[in-house]
Amino acid sequence: MESSISIRDLSLSFGAVKVLRNLNIEIGQGEFLVLLGSSGCGKSTLLNCIAGLLDVTDGQIFIQGKNVTWAEPSDRGIGMVFQSYALYPQMTVEGNLSFGLKNAGMAKDEIKKRVARAAEILQIEPLLKRKPAALSGGQRQRVAIGRALVRDVDVFLFDEPLSNLDAKLRADLRVEIKRLHQRLKNTMIYVTHDQVEALTLADRIAIMKGGNIQQLASPNEIYNKPANKYVADFIGSPSMNFLEGVIDISGAPQFNSDVMSFDISGYEFVDGPTGGPAWFGIRPEHIVTGELLANAPVQFDAEVELVEPMGSDTLVWAKVEGVPMHFRMDGQAEVRSGDQMRIGFDPARANIFNKETELRI
Amino acid sequence: MADTAVHPAASSEPRGPKPRKKLSRNNIIIYGTLLVVAFYYLLPLYVMVVTSLKGMPEIRLGNIFSPPVEITFEPWVKAWSQACTGLNCDGLSRGFWNSIRITVPSVIVSIVIASVNGYALANWKFKGADAFFTILIFGAFIPYQVMLYPIVIMLREIGLYGTLWGLVIVHTIFGMPILTLLFRNYFTSLPEELFKAARVDGAGFWRIYFQIMLPMSLPIFVVAMILQVTGIWNDFLFGVVYTKPDLYPMTVQLNNIVNSVQGVKEYNVNMAATLLTGLVPLVIYFVSGKLFVRGIAAGAVKG
Amino acid sequence: MSSERPNGLFRNIPAKVAAIPMIITALVVFMGGSLWTMAYSLTKSKLLPKWKFVGLDQYERLWSTKRWVVSIENLFIYGVCMLIASFVIGFILAALMDQKIRFENTFRTIILYPFALSFIVTGLVWQWILNPEFGIQSIIRGLGFTSFEFDPLYNADIAIYGILIAGLWQGTGLIMVLMLAGLRGIDQEIWKAAKVDGIPTWKTYLFIVIPMMRPVFITTLVLVAASIVKVYDLIVAQTGGGPGISTEMPAKYVYDYMFGGQNLGQGFAASTMMLLAVLVVVIPWAYLEFGGKKRG
Ligand SMILES: Nc1ncnc2c1ncn2[C@@H]1O[C@H](COP(=O)(O)OP(=O)(O)OP(=O)(O)O)[C@@H](O)[C@H]1O
Ligand SMILES: [Mg+2]
Repeated sequence: MESSISIRDLSLSFGAVKVLRNLNIEIGQGEFLVLLGSSGCGKSTLLNCIAGLLDVTDGQIFIQGKNVTWAEPSDRGIGMVFQSYALYPQMTVEGNLSFGLKNAGMAKDEIKKRVARAAEILQIEPLLKRKPAALSGGQRQRVAIGRALVRDVDVFLFDEPLSNLDAKLRADLRVEIKRLHQRLKNTMIYVTHDQVEALTLADRIAIMKGGNIQQLASPNEIYNKPANKYVADFIGSPSMNFLEGVIDISGAPQFNSDVMSFDISGYEFVDGPTGGPAWFGIRPEHIVTGELLANAPVQFDAEVELVEPMGSDTLVWAKVEGVPMHFRMDGQAEVRSGDQMRIGFDPARANIFNKETELRI
Repeated sequence: MADTAVHPAASSEPRGPKPRKKLSRNNIIIYGTLLVVAFYYLLPLYVMVVTSLKGMPEIRLGNIFSPPVEITFEPWVKAWSQACTGLNCDGLSRGFWNSIRITVPSVIVSIVIASVNGYALANWKFKGADAFFTILIFGAFIPYQVMLYPIVIMLREIGLYGTLWGLVIVHTIFGMPILTLLFRNYFTSLPEELFKAARVDGAGFWRIYFQIMLPMSLPIFVVAMILQVTGIWNDFLFGVVYTKPDLYPMTVQLNNIVNSVQGVKEYNVNMAATLLTGLVPLVIYFVSGKLFVRGIAAGAVKG
Repeated sequence: MSSERPNGLFRNIPAKVAAIPMIITALVVFMGGSLWTMAYSLTKSKLLPKWKFVGLDQYERLWSTKRWVVSIENLFIYGVCMLIASFVIGFILAALMDQKIRFENTFRTIILYPFALSFIVTGLVWQWILNPEFGIQSIIRGLGFTSFEFDPLYNADIAIYGILIAGLWQGTGLIMVLMLAGLRGIDQEIWKAAKVDGIPTWKTYLFIVIPMMRPVFITTLVLVAASIVKVYDLIVAQTGGGPGISTEMPAKYVYDYMFGGQNLGQGFAASTMMLLAVLVVVIPWAYLEFGGKKRG
C-alpha cells in the first residue's frame, strides 16, 4: 500500500540553528501518528513543514504520492488545528467553517452541506450562529477541528490541540478525537508533549529529541521495548528506575553493580547476550511485592523512605542497598516510611542499555 | 513502490527550499514602496543640511536639492551667534541655553513627582485614588487652550508668572498624565510578592520606593526621560505664554528668527538654525532607538 | 492593600502626600481651570477677566466672526484628511514592515524620526521646501514644465494642504508604530490558519486582521483626533495663518484673542468650543472602552 505521507531526508535550519536533521518517515493510509517530545525538540517545526507553513532546507515531502515540497499549504490536501484554536474572532462559527470554502469559490449548496456535516459530527450545531468569544475552550477547539473537517482532506495535522484546556476537558476531547479518527479514517499527525495523549491515541509514536527521531514505533513497543535510554526515561510516569553496572556474560548473563548483582537470564537481548558497562532499567510498575513475589526471580530487601498515596495506587520511594528505587503498590497498601519490605521483579520485563551508546542491547 | 522513481537522482522533482526569485513581484512592490517612502521622509532632512551649507548667492541660483558647490559653515556660525529675532541679534545660542535651563529642572521635577505618584497608585492605593487618576487621564485630552488662562492667574497668584520656575510647574502639570500612567503601569507589572515581602519586613512607603522599586525600574525612567526631554525641548506654546522674551526657549526663538519680517531672508541661516533646534531631539532619538519607540507606544498622548 | 479602617483618613499618609500634586492637578488645574474658562466664556471679559455675565453673547460673536468660521472649516478639512491619509498610509506602511523584511529597523527609524522633531522645525522645513521661488515648484518648472503650479503656501485655496503635507510627514510614523505593534500582537497561528485555508494575504488583512485590530484603531483614532484639535505650532511656523486667514486654526484663534487681541471673552468661548470638539470624540470612546468593561 502506498504511504499517505512520506518524508524523505527532511532538514530544516533557522540560520545556523539546525532544528530538523535528515528525517525520514513513512506514514500509512489512515494512520494516527503522534509526535512526542520535550519542548523545543522541533515537533511544531516538523508539522509546519508538512503543512507548508515553513520552507524546508533540504529534502522532500510527499502527500498521497504527490510531491508537495513546493506546494502551497492550501494545495496540499491538509487541514490543521492549532493550540490557540486560531479562530477568526469577528466571524461566527459558521463563518469560520465556511470562509476558506467560499474563498475557494465553492458552490453555496456544497458549502452548506459540508458545514452541516461537520457540525453534526462535532455536535456544534447549536453554536453555528455564535462568535468564538461566546464559546468555551472545548467548544472553540471543536470549531477549529470543524474548520479542518469541512476541507474534506486526507490528512489532519494537530499541533497540541488540547494544551489550552483543563484536565477534564482534555480527557473528554481526547476520546472524541479518537472517535473522530475511527469514523473518518483519515491520516492524522498529532503533536503533543503529553505522553498519556500519545499512548492512548497513537497507532505509532515518534519520539523526537533535538531534531532527530529517537524511536518510531507502536505505543506498546515504545513502552515495553524503548530503543534507547532517552525514550525509556521519557515514557512512563513516574519514570523508569535505572541501575548502573556491568553485564557479565561469562556464564549465565548477570548484572553486577557496586552493591548488588543478580541473574538476568530471563532478559531477551536484541542481538544475543552482550557484555560490558550498561544501564539496567526497570519500570516502577514492574516491581512487585507480597504474593506476586513468587513470580519474581530477582528479589531484594528495601527500606521505605517516602510514600505517596495517589488514590488508585500508591507510589513508594525506597532504598535498596543504598540505591534509590521507586515502585507502585496497590492503593490500599499499608506502608509507612521506615518500613522494611521485600520487593522483586522479573528481568524479562527489564530494559538494558549500553552505557556508551545508550542503545538497547 | 514510488521510491524507485523519486529517490535521489530525480533532480527535476521539487526538493529542498522552494526556489524564489530574489526580485519577485512582491519584493519589488514592498521594497520599492519603502524606498520611495524613506526618500520622502529623508528629503526634508537632506534639504535642511544642504541649504545650511550653501552661501546665499548659490541658493538664489540653484535649486534646493542640489548639493552645495562650495561648502560654508558661515550660516551655522551666524545662526548660533548673530541671527536677529527682531528684539536682539545674538543668535540662537541664547535660546539654546534657555531651553537647557528649562528642560533640566522640568524633566527632573516632573519625573520625580510622577514616579512617586505612580508608585502610590500602583502599590498604596487609597480611597478615591482611582477617581483622581481618571480625572487626570481625562485631563490629558483637554485642549491646553482651555487651561492656558486659569494657569496664568494661578502662577500670578503665587508670583511665578513669567519665571523659569513657573514654566517648570507648567511642564510638570502637563507631563503628569502620561508619566503617571507610564509609571503606574510599570509598577503594577512588577511582581507583587516583592512589595508584600518588604511590607512584612516592616519597610515603609519611602524605603520600599528607594530600595526596591527604584533599582528595578531603570529602563522605565530612561523611557520617561526620553519622552520628557523631547517633549519639553520641542514645546512652543507654553514657552510663549508663560515666559518673558529673555527666557524664551529655543523653539520660540527659532520661530522669531525665521519668521521675523525685517531684513532680507537668509534661507541658509534659517535652515542652520532649524537644524540646530532639531539636533537635540534627533540625537536622543537616534541614540535611544527602541526605548523611544517603547515610550511613544506606551502612551502616545503627546500634544 | 487598602485595608481601610474607620480612621481611614490618617492611614496610608505617605501615599496621600505623594498624590497631592496629582490631586491638585486633577481638581484645581484640569477641572477647576476648565470650569473657570467655561464660566468666564459667558462674561464680557476684555483685557482682564471680569465677572460681567452676558449669556451666550461671546458665542454669537464667535460664530459670526469670519476668521473663526474659516478656522473651523480648516480644522475640519485638515482633520478629516489627516485622519484618513495617516491611517491609510500608516497601516499600509505597518503591513509592509510586517512582511519579515530586511532593514526593518532602518526603515522604522527613518519613518519615525520626524515625530521626534518640534512642530516648529517641521513647519519651517516645509515652508522652505514648498517655497515657490526655490522649492518644488521652481525645480519642476526647471525641468521644462514651465506652467507647473504648486505653491500651497501662497495660494489661499490650497494652503491648508501644504500644512497637511507637513503634518503627515511628522505624524504618520507614530501611527505606523502603533499599527505595527497591533499587527505584531496578532496570534501567528491566525495567519497559519488562513494560509491553510488558502486565503490570500490581502484578504486575510482585510477580513480577518483589520477587524481584529479594532481596539488599536479606535485608541489611535482618539489620540490622533485629540492632537489634531490642538494644532497650533505648525501653523504659526509654517504659514502664520496665511495667506490671509486661509490657514487659521481654532487653537491659534484662542491664543491670538487671549494674549494678542486682549479680548479674553472671545478666547474663552473659542477654547470652550475646542473642548466640546474633543469631548465629542472622547466621551463615546471612554464609554465604549471603560463603561463597557465594567458591565461585562
Ligand atoms: N523562527 C524561528 N527562528 C529561529 N529558531 C526557531 C524559530 N522557530 C523555532 N525555532 C527553534 O526551533 C526549535 C524547535 O521549535 P518548535 O517550535 O518546533 O518546538 P516544539 O517541539 O514544537 O516545542 P513546544 O513543545 O514548546 O511547542 C526551538 O529550539 C526553537 O527555539
Ligand atoms: Mg510547538
